[in-house]
Amino acid sequence: MISISSLNKKFGKLHVLKDINITFEMGVSYAMMGPNASGKTTLIKSILGMVIPNSGTILVNGEDIKDQWLYRSNIGYMPQIGKYPENIKIGQVLSMIQNLRKDKNQYDTDLVEDFGLLQMLNKPMGTLSGGTRQKVSGALAFMFDPDIYILDEPTAGLDPLAVEALKKKIAKERAKGKLIIITSHILSDLDELTSHAIYLSDGEVFYNNSIEILKSETGEEKFSSSIARLMEWSEEKIKKTSIEL
Amino acid sequence: MIKLLKYSLYNILRTKFTLLYTAFLLLATFSIYNLDPDLAKVSLSLLNVVLLVVPLICIIFGTVHFYNSYEFMELMLSQPINRSTVFISQYLAVGLSLCLAFVIGVGIPMILYGADLALLVLLAVGVMLSLIFTGLAFLASVLTRDKAKAIGITLLFWVYFSLIYDGLILYLIYVFYDYPLEHATLAMVMLNPVDLARIIMLMQLDISALMGFTGAFFQDFYGSMKGNLISFGVLLIWILIPFYFSRRVFLKKDI
Repeated sequence: MISISSLNKKFGKLHVLKDINITFEMGVSYAMMGPNASGKTTLIKSILGMVIPNSGTILVNGEDIKDQWLYRSNIGYMPQIGKYPENIKIGQVLSMIQNLRKDKNQYDTDLVEDFGLLQMLNKPMGTLSGGTRQKVSGALAFMFDPDIYILDEPTAGLDPLAVEALKKKIAKERAKGKLIIITSHILSDLDELTSHAIYLSDGEVFYNNSIEILKSETGEEKFSSSIARLMEWSEEKIKKTSIEL
Repeated sequence: MIKLLKYSLYNILRTKFTLLYTAFLLLATFSIYNLDPDLAKVSLSLLNVVLLVVPLICIIFGTVHFYNSYEFMELMLSQPINRSTVFISQYLAVGLSLCLAFVIGVGIPMILYGADLALLVLLAVGVMLSLIFTGLAFLASVLTRDKAKAIGITLLFWVYFSLIYDGLILYLIYVFYDYPLEHATLAMVMLNPVDLARIIMLMQLDISALMGFTGAFFQDFYGSMKGNLISFGVLLIWILIPFYFSRRVFLKKDI
């Protein structure tokens, strides 16, 4: 479980996260949406301790994460753009992380196999395409069987076959009662994989409820049209506030 | 920690830069020895390499390497690994490999051609300067996200400590010519690791007579056991200060 309360983050003058309050429950999978620069990735990086918030608290499984690091062994993180040392090989990346993490010694290699990474363990990271890097990120996120998955645009750049493998894996983990947070702009993926919608707009939580309720509130039957309606509402709100100013 | 240090060292060795650096030092030291076998002259020639080249190489390589391993650090920080551990192992990897390159590059000719106490002191001073300037490189790197800016800051550090600071001291001595400045210059030398290293070496070489009354005063202080201990202690503090501050900034930095 992750509970975030009154979280604020500023980059210089830019107020990126404005008083965020969200609770992520175990067993629920969340679709985190919002236009570009709405603060999704900053929120995720705050949960991971990579971005240090200006104020507010984040509890992961009940413990404050400030200046902590061991809690990250419960989190599988797949970054939006996976960055790896250029001259190190795929196999070395995988074995290095396994070697450095003594908290787990059972490895879930489903995705390594499904993504076909076993055939290219000797390829240097620097020569890989964006999609293959993404596959490595995915394989690493799922390797240590964590309780919480945070996937930042997991399907971007993946080929259809890999997308299917990843979705199958996410569905499998979801069935085990794990907490899953996915950000994406591809609504059909979110529709399949998630049950709860969080919509960030301009650093604020604009909507936070289950997808069923979202559908009934917007009066739409399809997920994509209800999200479109949500986006319209948030646009209107931004316009209104800018007129008031 | 040890494992992370191992991987960080492995990353450095693969760039082959430290090998080039070692080869350069070997070449320079061998040619200095062959130019004139008089050990005092060897010390003096090597002193210039140690005071100018070593800080420059350390500060540039430290900065470039920090930015090149940004991805590596980012990857580590998404894992259950302490930030401090990531930083310290990165610093130690750079610092140790540069020190090792220096000790091998200057030490092997010493073993072959012989060395006196002054040369051994020079070796120690060079190792300490390597660590100090690695720390300064890391400090500049954590202060800004922009690699070019960081390299600019590091060059400024180098120019300041190697060139500008001396000019300032000379200017002060010139302006306050009528006053007794011995204690003031003694203190000012402590504020610059490069100057401190230079004075430590000059005292070893017995050429303080060239510096007149100030030289005699310095000889009195630095020539003594107490003076030596204090000056090496100050160099040690100079290693710790940039390391301490850069680590502190890194702990609070947004990756």
